[in-house]
Amino acid sequence: MSDIITARDLSLWYGNSQALKNVNIRIPEKNITALIGPSGCGKSTFLKTLNRMNDLVNSVKITGTVQYRGEDIFSPSMDVNELRKNIGMVFQKPNPFPMSIYDNIAYGPRTHGITAKSDLDEIVETSLRGAAIWEEVKDRLKKNAMGLSGGQQQRLCIARALAVKPDVLLMDEPTSALDPISTSKVEELILQLREEYTIIIVTHNMQQAVRISDRTAFFLLGELIEYSSTNQLFSQPFDKRTEDYITGRFG
Amino acid sequence: MRSRFDEQLDNLFKDLIMMGSLCEEAIALAAKALSKNDSKLAAKVHPIDEEIDRMEKEIESNCLKLLLQQQPVARDLRQISAALKMITDMERIGDQAEDIAEIVSFIPKDKKNDSLLIEQMAKAAIKMVTDSVDAYVRRDPMLAQSVIDSDDTVDHYFDQVKSSLISLITENPDDGEYALDILMIAKYLERIGDHAVNIAEWVLFSITGIHKTTEEHSV
Repeated sequence: MSDIITARDLSLWYGNSQALKNVNIRIPEKNITALIGPSGCGKSTFLKTLNRMNDLVNSVKITGTVQYRGEDIFSPSMDVNELRKNIGMVFQKPNPFPMSIYDNIAYGPRTHGITAKSDLDEIVETSLRGAAIWEEVKDRLKKNAMGLSGGQQQRLCIARALAVKPDVLLMDEPTSALDPISTSKVEELILQLREEYTIIIVTHNMQQAVRISDRTAFFLLGELIEYSSTNQLFSQPFDKRTEDYITGRFG
Repeated sequence: MRSRFDEQLDNLFKDLIMMGSLCEEAIALAAKALSKNDSKLAAKVHPIDEEIDRMEKEIESNCLKLLLQQQPVARDLRQISAALKMITDMERIGDQAEDIAEIVSFIPKDKKNDSLLIEQMAKAAIKMVTDSVDAYVRRDPMLAQSVIDSDDTVDHYFDQVKSSLISLITENPDDGEYALDILMIAKYLERIGDHAVNIAEWVLFSITGIHKTTEEHSV
């Protein structure tokens, strides 16, 4: 299994405050990698760095390298739009666009120049099927996406991310705003997506990390403390800080 | 943080110590009843065994409750799952102490059972049980390993008792039934040693995350 993303000595500052400290990590392809750690530990910052969402923050300064399929993502020759097409993102709160279900999915492909209706129809169906929501919405594709339930909206957002045929999916607490049934549907979906995509997920739900991820990375105060197979990390953590955190005895 | 969980774990350890000491008491009493050939003493083992059975159910239910409520991971999960396995062996130890006591109550009153060998064997078995529970509570892998190692001592006593009984039968064929009773008792003591070894193996698992049956036995 080859590594798809490799960070070396990655440090990041927001102004004077350092949010990531010399992070070294290799993320394998077609795996689910969970990022865990207390609030403010840097896990979301790390996630957003991977498709350069942090570019949007003015005062940000980055040292070290991140390679995606062997290419430096900070290199001037890197096409950021292409990078974000390949490395898609799903956020904590479902954020469908205020338009029809169909147009939500077609939005990305259209911006990438796909206009033929037959092509778009196919992408919409494949993406919605891929996100396990097709059966629920196929009869109301022209209805506004805002009318869907929270869980359906989140799966729609995953479908929207799939529509541009990404390689990697970044997920920032994708189920924290969902009820238990929607949560388990999204978890099932993530496990299915693992066949074709590399998934990196930030979660505050430790049991979720245990249930769905192959590897887990524990962050604390901007440092990557421990990174190993989920089974190993949750049964015999190497570092006492990891053990204290996962057993709920932190601090 | 998690002070309630820590308190519940503490209570679990206390219950295990209690159950372990009841096991010691049951074997010690059965062994004493044997060496004094005293059926009244032997009769006192039964209520202890009943208490051991009751504690097994109580600890089991508390462990299941902890798994459900606290969803433990890492060391917490290992300690609770080890406890669940250990109580099964402790319960068997209680049964075997009672089996010994029952045999004692049928041994004719004129027999002298103060054979040094079987007394020493009982002592060694009791020590194994005590040490295995201590090792769990103190999280002491060396002590757990010493329990596993001392199983050979108890097995060796068993062989010695067996040889001495063979001589007894050869010399006094009328003592055949009595010799078989003593052999049964020695076998029970040997089994108690095995259960103590099982406990010690789970203690090692709870500390290291590795059980000897498989290197992959991690949870």
